[in-house]
Order: sequence, then C-alpha cells, then structure tokens
Amino acid sequence: MPVTNLMTFNVSRMEVMDLDGNVDAGLMPDLSPEQVAELYGIMVLTRRLDERMLKLQRQGRLGTFARVLGQEAAHIGAAYAMREGDWLVPAFRETGSFIVRGIPVERVLQYWGGDEWGQHFPEGSRVLPVSVPVGTHMLHAVGIGWAMKQDRERVAVLTVFGDGATSEGDFHEAMNFAAVFQAPAVFLCQNNHWAISVPYGRQTAAASIAQKAIAYGMPGIQVDGNDVFAVYRVVRDALDRARNGEGPTLVEAHTYRMADHTTSDDARKYRPPEETAYWQERDPLERLARYMRRKGLLDEAREAETLARAEAEVDRVVAAYEAFPAPPPDDLFAHLYAEMTPALRAQRDALLAALGEGE
Amino acid sequence: MADLNLVEAVREGLRQELARDRKVVVLGEDVAKDGGVFRSTDGLFEQFGPERVIDTPLAESGIVGMAIGMAVAGYRPVAEIQFSGFVYPAYDQLVSHASRLRNRSRGLYACPLVVRMPYGGGIRALEHHSESMEAIFAHVPGLKVVIPSNPYDAKGLLAAAIRDPDPVIFCEPARIYRAVRMEVPDEAYEVPLGEAKVVREGVDISVIAWGALVRTARQAAEQLAQEGVCDVEVVDVRTLSPLDTGTVLASVQKTGRALVVHEASRTGGFGAEIAAQIQEQALLQLQAPVRRVAGSDVIPPLAKLEDYFQPSMNLLVNEIRATMEF
Ligand SMILES: Cc1ncc(C[n+]2csc(CCOP(=O)(O)OP(=O)(O)O)c2C)c(N)n1
Ligand SMILES: [Mg+2]
Repeated sequence: MPVTNLMTFNVSRMEVMDLDGNVDAGLMPDLSPEQVAELYGIMVLTRRLDERMLKLQRQGRLGTFARVLGQEAAHIGAAYAMREGDWLVPAFRETGSFIVRGIPVERVLQYWGGDEWGQHFPEGSRVLPVSVPVGTHMLHAVGIGWAMKQDRERVAVLTVFGDGATSEGDFHEAMNFAAVFQAPAVFLCQNNHWAISVPYGRQTAAASIAQKAIAYGMPGIQVDGNDVFAVYRVVRDALDRARNGEGPTLVEAHTYRMADHTTSDDARKYRPPEETAYWQERDPLERLARYMRRKGLLDEAREAETLARAEAEVDRVVAAYEAFPAPPPDDLFAHLYAEMTPALRAQRDALLAALGEGE
Repeated sequence: MADLNLVEAVREGLRQELARDRKVVVLGEDVAKDGGVFRSTDGLFEQFGPERVIDTPLAESGIVGMAIGMAVAGYRPVAEIQFSGFVYPAYDQLVSHASRLRNRSRGLYACPLVVRMPYGGGIRALEHHSESMEAIFAHVPGLKVVIPSNPYDAKGLLAAAIRDPDPVIFCEPARIYRAVRMEVPDEAYEVPLGEAKVVREGVDISVIAWGALVRTARQAAEQLAQEGVCDVEVVDVRTLSPLDTGTVLASVQKTGRALVVHEASRTGGFGAEIAAQIQEQALLQLQAPVRRVAGSDVIPPLAKLEDYFQPSMNLLVNEIRATMEF
C-alpha cells in the first residue's frame, strides 16, 4: 500500500500597505478619498475616546473596561467593510466597530459605567450586545447567518473575538457548524497576541489562527491587522462570499494589544516592554496617516481639524453619558421575561417598599 | 502566626500544599506568571516552577477535564476558574465525570481535585463576575462544596479540600478577599470539611449563613444586641455539601427560630434545602416560620444596581426583627 499525499495546504497573509504608507496598487481596495478620510476620522475618534475613557475610569467616573488601543485598524476596518443589513456579533474589544455601525457611543460608556441600558442599541441596528464570556458568542453568528439564509436575505454576519477565544470549545463548534451549514458568517479573530497574561504561543501550538479554518473546511486567511486597507479588503471579500452563498471564512487580524488587558490589569507584570515598542512602530493610525500624507489627503491643518472634531465628539459623548439618569431599582426585575412573573412582581414590590421605608 | 487577609490565606494554603506533596499542581488561566487576577497564586510560579503552577489556554472545560485526568493518574490538581461566572463550560466535566468517576467505576477510580473560584458580588464588576451559584454544585451528587468566610477557615478548608479523596468546589467570596485580616497559624492545618461552626452564640434566633454574609450576619447580631432586641446565634455553614445538619439543628433547637441568608437568588437556592431540613427535623421546637433572606430571582446586576441586589445588613436586621415578632 503506497503512502500518498492526501492534501497540501497553503495559508496566506495579506498586507496592502507597508509601514511607510506605500500601498500595493493591485491589492488596494477601491475606497474614495472621502471614505479614507472617514476611516481615518473614526480611528482618531476611537483612540481619543479610549484615552478619555481611561481618564474617566481612573477618576472613578467609569467602571472597568477593555481598551482598544492599537487595534483600531482591525475592528474598524472590518466593520467598515460591512453593508446595510449585515449583523455584528461582537466580543468586548470592539468600541470602534460600534461607532462604525452607528451605535450611539455614549451607550458604550454607559455599559462600562455599570448600567445595562448601555446595551440597549437602536432598534434595527443588528448589533448584538457585548459578550463577556470569552469564545461563546460565535455560535450565535452561525445561527443568525443560518436564519438570514433561510429568509433569503442577502446579508452576512461578522463575529469578532480574540486569540484566547479560539481555545474555547465553542469556537470549534461554531467553525464546524458554520462550514457544515454554509452559514454566511465571517469569523474575525483580533489576534492581539495576548489573553490577559497568556501569550499567543501558550494559547495554541499552531503557527497561525488562520490555518485552523482548514480543518473545518472553510478558507482561512491572515491579514496584517494594523493595515486598515488589508483588513477592509479581506473582510469585504469574505462578507461578499458569504452573501453570495459561498459560505463562511475565518480571518485572522494580526495585531497587538498596546494597553493593559483591562483597566484592572497591569501588563508590566508579564509582558516585556520591547515587544510593545516593536508594535508601536506598526501603529495602525500613524500608518494610515502616512499613506494619506503621501496622497495629499492629509496635511497639518486637516490633521488638526480631524483631531479637533474627534475631541468635540468625545466631549459630547462624555456629557451625554454623564447625563444618563441612574437606572431605577425596578429595572432589576423588569427585563427578565416578556411578562413579569407574579413571584418577581412580589419581590419587586417588597424591595420598593423596603426602599421606601428607608427614606 | 501571620496577619493575613483571605487571598493571602488561600495563597499560603496553596504554597504549603504544593510544598508538602509534589503531586499537588495548580492550573488555570493567568495563575502562573500573572499570579492570578486576584493575586491568589502570586509568587507560586516563581517558587515551584512551570510544571507545578501551570498557565493553561483559555478553556474552562479544558482545565477541569484535564484536571480530572491528572487526578485519575494520581495527581492532586487545584484548578482555578477565573470567576465563578465562567465555570459553566466546565460544568459538563464536573457533572458528567468528576462527580461520577468513583461511582461509575465502583471505586476503582477517584477524582481528588479541587476547583477554586472567586465567587459572589459586591466588587462592582462586569457582567458574569458576580455570580453565586453554589446551589447548582451542591445539587450534584458526588461533588463537595466549600465556602470559607474568613482567612483562618480559608487556609484550613483549602488544605482539607486538597487532601480530600473526592472532588471539591471551593468558592472564595471575592467581596471579602481583602476585607478583613486575621491571625493565621504559620504551619499547615486542616479545617475539616463537613463541619459547620457556631461563630456567635446566642439564645433567641439562629442566623445561618456562609461566605461573605457571615460577616454581615455578625454585624446585624451586634447591632440587635446593642439595641437590646435579641441575642442572635450565627452559624457559619462552611461546607454546603456535605451539610452539617447536626450543628444547624442543634442551634435551631436551642433558639427556636431560624433565618437562612444567602446572596444567591432565592428560588432553588441552598437556603431552601436548609429550611426544609429544619422543618423536617425540628418543627416542634420552632416558634416562628423559617425565613430566608436571599438575592432576588434576577440576573446579578451591573454596578449601578448592585446595592439593590445584595442582602444588606439593614435588611437582615429587619428580617430578624420580623422573625422575633412573629
Ligand atoms: C469564559 C471566560 N473565561 C474567562 C474569562 C476572563 N477573561 C476575560 S478576557 C480574557 C482573555 C481574553 O483573551 P482574548 O480572547 O485573546 O481577547 P482579548 O482580551 O485579548 O481581546 C479572560 C481570560 C471570560 N471573560 N470568559
Ligand atoms: Mg487576545
């Protein structure tokens, strides 16, 4: 019996733009100068907001939250590739994706501020709430995708998760189900190289996340996650494939978590500063700015203007966040079921009575 | 003697067990280099090395499933689940295998493992970080469930859990991780599993509690004593499974009144089990119905509503009064 080669695989990686902002014309997605400026504006806004949120947290005006510093190209570029009607099934490190999808971002602050109303997104936004249990939500994207296909809606679902999430069993179940049911889903892994203190190399022995797709019978591709054009292009193509009935794709955005895991973490305990310095040179925002300067899309005046607009928007968002009224205590009971059960009603009344007595 | 808080007591307990028995290993997410998100394993990786203190990939079912195999092969794994709200992927392994291997193999195999997890609310945390799900473990035949309320017990119960021949769920109340310091013996010692403790003697009413609420119960007792209302006995259950019904019943038979307190939601909570045991075995000594003070039947809320969810000292005081006035 001969031993034959059953299969050989290739896993590719795409980069469109180099560190100096030069792009490969053959790979460059067709984005108008206005769209490029818009992408840049959203990335600047996201970064400014992230910085302000950190300040608010340190001042006790916001709770623990997950910063997105350094990952702007990955989750903003991907969301920017979505079309109207597409669904977003996020994890918890996608603040910029929410902005792209038109979520009033003060809601996001309200959520991290400890108020469930922060996940009450506008009707029809097709954005699911933040999912804190790591690696569990991608199956939902498969179910939504299945339903969209069943309903003959030509839309796709983008689900986002981290490198750590790929270790959870549910990730593998989601990939398998998506491929078996040919669900119109795109799996975007923001591989930021860390899951709290555990580095990529101790999360998986595989050389890439992208190659994990192969075993499930779907394409997988790695993309330079700090190159917004590459992310946009690859995710757009994957979403198109999904909409056209060609099934799911796994996209690994190779990026880096520049900040601590959350505001409760201290990465100095486990992470060498050299590594952060290496990625600093690959900063996604600066890279896009270099491209834009080369193309005459950005000069000092426009840069200052973009920044000022972002600052003003951040001010507005923070003011709107802080103006939200405190949630009333009966919110505890009101949203568990479509109709409040008699037992819950009794518990609510007892609580309100006790609070009344306390006054 | 050392002056330790609860996290430090857990850490010292782990350190001594790791030193005592080379088969003891600690595994979980961020337990090694980072020393645990609450620092409960801080320094252990440096002291015992990567074979004894193991950072795992991010997979709770993986952690507990692998620990089961380690235990079968003669090791004493102490698995950490980062927050009790993330234990659910591992629940299958606990219910389907850890709790059953001994029974399934008629004693050929056993599962001497410990699953530690920070538990309960009161820390203004994100969603899923404030769960009190002791009842779903206590409901599983074959698992033991331990919840310490202070540093001394934490260290001794943890040692007993690690040395125990069966799987133990060890819930650490995160709210009091750093709330109190206490004299804790330097040497290793065990607080036996399955023994409740009367932590405040009284004659009028028994308040039965565990974890962070033992402290609240004692504070309520002191206030009511000062006001001359009643003399409260506080029973710290410490081990929910196996439950020390003897200590609970003896207390209630003496006082004639009982109030069970927990943070977990009321319906199907472990308070129901204790109340049932009391009425089955001490009905004739009761002067009032057994009452429960518990969380409402709601999802543990985010920070803004958290104070409305936690059973407060005032609520406890009122409920004790109501039971006294029955
Ligand atoms: C099921 C589960 N286990 C543990 C945690 C605690 N936790 C929160 S984020 C995180 C690391 C996530 O890493 P990754 O998936 O790479 O996402 P990143 O934080 O890097 O964006 C952990 C362990 C959790 N939220 N859910
Ligand atoms: Mg990560």
